[in-house]
Amino acid sequence: MRVVVVGNGMVGYKFCEKLVAKNTHGQFELTVFGEESRPAYDRVHLSEFFSGKSAEDLSMASADWYFSNNIQLHLGDPVQKIDRDRKTVYSHKGLEVHYDYLVLATGSSAFVPPIPGVEKNGVFIYRTIEDLELMKAWAGRAKKGTVIGGGLLGLEAAKALLDLGIADTSVIEFAPRLMPRQVDELGSQLLQSKLEALGLTIYTAKNTSAILGEEAITGLSFADGSILESDMLVISAGIKPRDELAKAAGLLTGPRGGIVVNDLLQTSDPDIYAIGECALHNEMIYGLVAPGYEMAEVVVGQLTDSEKAFTGFDMSTKLKLIGVDVASFGNPFINDGETRTIVFNDGINGVYKRVNISADGKQLLGGILVGDAEQYNMLLQTCKNKIVLPPNPEDIILGARGGESQEAGVLSLPDDAYICSCESVTKGAICKAVEDGEETVDAIKKCTKAGTGCGGCLPMIKDLVNHTLKAQGKYIRNVICEHFHYSRQELYDLVKLHELKSYEDVLNKLGTGDGCELCKPSVASILASLWNEMILKKGNDTAQDSNDRFLANIQKGGTYSVVPRIPGGEITPDKLIVIGQVAKKYHLYTKITGGQRIDLFGAHLSDLPLIWEELIEAGFESGHAYGKALRTVKSCVGSTWCRFGLHDSVSFAIRVEERYRGLRAPHKIKSAVSGCIRECAEAQSKDFGIIATEKGWNLYVCGNGGSKPQHALLLATDLDEETCIRFIDRFLMFYIKTADPLTRTATWLNKMEGGIDYLRNVVVNDSLGIAAKLEEEMQLLVDSYKCEWKEAIENPEIRKRFNHFVNAPEEKDPSIAFEEMREQKRAKEWK
Amino acid sequence: MTEMETMAWFHACSVEDVPSNGGVCVKYGEEQIALYHFTRRNEWYATQNECPHRRQMALSRGMIGSQNDVPKVACPFHKKTFSLVTGECLNDDECSIRTYPVKIEGGHVFIGVEGIV
Ligand code: SRM
Ligand SMILES: Cc1cc2nc3c(=O)[nH]c(=O)nc-3n(C[C@H](O)[C@H](O)[C@H](O)COP(=O)(O)OP(=O)(O)OC[C@H]3O[C@@H](n4cnc5c(N)ncnc54)[C@H](O)[C@@H]3O)c2cc1C
Ligand code: SF4
Ligand code: FES
Repeated sequence: MRVVVVGNGMVGYKFCEKLVAKNTHGQFELTVFGEESRPAYDRVHLSEFFSGKSAEDLSMASADWYFSNNIQLHLGDPVQKIDRDRKTVYSHKGLEVHYDYLVLATGSSAFVPPIPGVEKNGVFIYRTIEDLELMKAWAGRAKKGTVIGGGLLGLEAAKALLDLGIADTSVIEFAPRLMPRQVDELGSQLLQSKLEALGLTIYTAKNTSAILGEEAITGLSFADGSILESDMLVISAGIKPRDELAKAAGLLTGPRGGIVVNDLLQTSDPDIYAIGECALHNEMIYGLVAPGYEMAEVVVGQLTDSEKAFTGFDMSTKLKLIGVDVASFGNPFINDGETRTIVFNDGINGVYKRVNISADGKQLLGGILVGDAEQYNMLLQTCKNKIVLPPNPEDIILGARGGESQEAGVLSLPDDAYICSCESVTKGAICKAVEDGEETVDAIKKCTKAGTGCGGCLPMIKDLVNHTLKAQGKYIRNVICEHFHYSRQELYDLVKLHELKSYEDVLNKLGTGDGCELCKPSVASILASLWNEMILKKGNDTAQDSNDRFLANIQKGGTYSVVPRIPGGEITPDKLIVIGQVAKKYHLYTKITGGQRIDLFGAHLSDLPLIWEELIEAGFESGHAYGKALRTVKSCVGSTWCRFGLHDSVSFAIRVEERYRGLRAPHKIKSAVSGCIRECAEAQSKDFGIIATEKGWNLYVCGNGGSKPQHALLLATDLDEETCIRFIDRFLMFYIKTADPLTRTATWLNKMEGGIDYLRNVVVNDSLGIAAKLEEEMQLLVDSYKCEWKEAIENPEIRKRFNHFVNAPEEKDPSIAFEEMREQKRAKEWK
Repeated sequence: MTEMETMAWFHACSVEDVPSNGGVCVKYGEEQIALYHFTRRNEWYATQNECPHRRQMALSRGMIGSQNDVPKVACPFHKKTFSLVTGECLNDDECSIRTYPVKIEGGHVFIGVEGIV
């Protein structure tokens, strides 16, 4: 039986995937026509194209996949005509293909309102990768961007313009508020202020009358007579189903577009189905991907063995606007006097939540979340499954009272509740998979596909996995990986107790199997924290993470970076000259880092020992930029020069950096010392930071920059240098002993019961009676410090490993390529 | 005739040139082959050196290990992992890598590069 699919978008692809799974006897021959030149890609995450994802990353399956599943895929070749009598489709390139069943999955296009001037250069729509490529090419010369449309897609497009570097971007919405279809008045107001904080200018109740400019756009004029200058415009005013092919073939279409289908998704010709955004079911176009997937499932059922019908779909959405959480579910607006509405409006923290509850207080009918949508999935399932609400229904939005409530929530769902709406995976299916032995979230993703769409359900999946395992009597711990059934803390204690010194010994004594990329670096780090032996000692060398193994950070293209330690950021002119000379000799790109030192990029593997030889000769040592180790201790210039400086922050920073250099930990550690409260060294963003006071030093701990910045908290005040160092010793050792792998101090503290008060008790008041021991252990590490690069270049066995080819040690990797940029080189862009 | 007999074997290096439980990169004409000594299992493997994800010449520098007893290598760049036996990607990806047979004779490592496969 030949099935022809017109359209290779998200839904068309999903149809193929589902049919292939049922095509066990090869009874179906599948032919797919796609108008776009690429195989189907993830349109939902299209905007990530601007934040670094490539077309390939977004791809749903490679051309190989179609090939190996015997699907004839014709890309860049739209179907132009359907002859229903001869049951044949005709393509643009002249192909004629007969079908037994035809599936139309032609999606929709952007709706462009008939405003004079829409054809001008610099006016875009936002639908395909091509659209985005065109926008990217234009954005370079644009200074002021505008988006018409303040709905879901419009706001995403606006964020994309910001990401493209157009800081001056405006959104024009015709309705009196943003996202009128999903969010109520109060929610919209909050959303608007959040978007304004991101830098967008928002105009509501504004009607565009013309697009100005000669060939290219220069601005917009509005019905109220005002004008807005603009040299780039994205129109995102809604979608228009692609029904032109169906219409020409005489199939029934709706007055406002869309191919009419019944509950079996048949069009007015029973051998032709329509699915996805082109289908008009019950006078409704579903502009979301989940209902499209459900339609694909129904049609595959029709063609095989199931009687399933499509009976409509929930239009709840959670927006993935970067930086702003917005969700609406069920009926967000009801306000009929019967229902009760609970609103939580926190103007200070920018959180708005509304839930609509049935008159008897038992059922959740719908709601809106702005600013914090963490409970979205839970609320959606509560609503869809008509779960009886707790006696105080406000708990469901004020909730998060202890970590338990969320988990209890998932547990109360019935087995047929959808946990993953994107892939239609039920709670029952996930629990069953866990019982069948898929005991990790990754395994569940792979076997059920749950969590592979938008990912919003991953926390619920994790809870379900843990709960099901617990119910089976399995004890859940934060174990490292399949090879070690211990938490990092347990492993640390055991390695110490048994005095194990190599990865192999640890695996033999405490683990199973052959290890992997998760446990190897964790164990290697524990060994380094405990014994401080050279990390490339035979047996431990190949257990190190790649960067540690070559004592340098690997980069795009396969070269490495070299970062000599520059304690406190202080450096002599002579040393600066050496860095310049070395960089010139080995053709390295140089840059001042955010950590107050100099990074030399683009070194060939085999040059690393030579480069370090010269640097060490000049008095440098390893900066451990590659290790989960102490990085930099930044300093401000302090009392030696600064008119406000209270103490000599540079000297103290150097002392601290030299004390803890080379210290290996569960994650990297950073520090800074400021000479007064003006805080020029940014000490409060560090794992431990020190700020001078009139009477001594204040010690702050557990700060973090990075993607989730967090200010450090004050641990102790007005300390003298010695006490300050002692407290840091205790703090760091306690962290090293108890944190999970790859956990920065901030996250470690966030998970610690009792928080900073508990930590202060341990470190300052010695509540556990371990302070002396912690200090002693730290002293041992301080005393056994050696520069590992010095050891590496002096050891011929280790040096030998710094060649690209084992059988051609003198040759460099020929695939490495550079480009010129601002009189230096840079890594060639990867594909 | 068995596969082994018709295979062309390329001399890569000697056994002690390869770190235990780790890999090295072997130059074979214009090609780069990653060779691994899985000492713990007393096994040798060879694969293409290029990671298909971002086309980086890096697999020989990856960490090797096992997943449910399948020997694997993790690319140092983004930690995609590949079975050393079949070359398939173990993180549900489409891409896979080529593998080569390896034999040891008199302390020397040979990689099977051509022949009936
Ligand atoms: C070179 C440098 C950027 C620069 O040109 O300025 C840099 C470069 C890298 N950073 Fe950074 N970070 C650099 C300063 C910072 C800072 C600023 C600072 O230290 O004051 C931060 C924020 C502060 C912080 O860490 O709390 C920073 C937060 C990160 C993070 C996020 C950490 C987090 O907890 O969220 C990562 C990712 C990670 O470590 O997992 C990261 C990772 C990286 C890596 C190692 C990514 C990688 O794995 O390849 C980059 C290595 C480049 C290379 O090849 O050498 N880098 N990175 C800076 C080196 C400082 C130094 O001298 O050692
Ligand atoms: C920027 C953006 C963000 C989005 N965010 C979300 C979100 O967060 N959540 C959500 O649920 N949905 C979201 N969507 C909507 C979602 O992408 C669509 O619902 C989904 O892609 C619909 O799939 P489809 O296969 O029906 O249509 P499409 O993915 O549009 O695919 C249709 C394909 O058919 C092709 N075609 C048309 N006519 C022919 C022909 N005659 N011959 C051959 N090929 C033809 C088209 O070129 C196209 O490639 C978003 C959409 C965009 C653009
Ligand atoms: S240097 Fe840091 S912030 Fe910059 S791209 Fe690399 S990891 Fe990201
Ligand atoms: S290049 Fe290998 S995982 Fe990305």
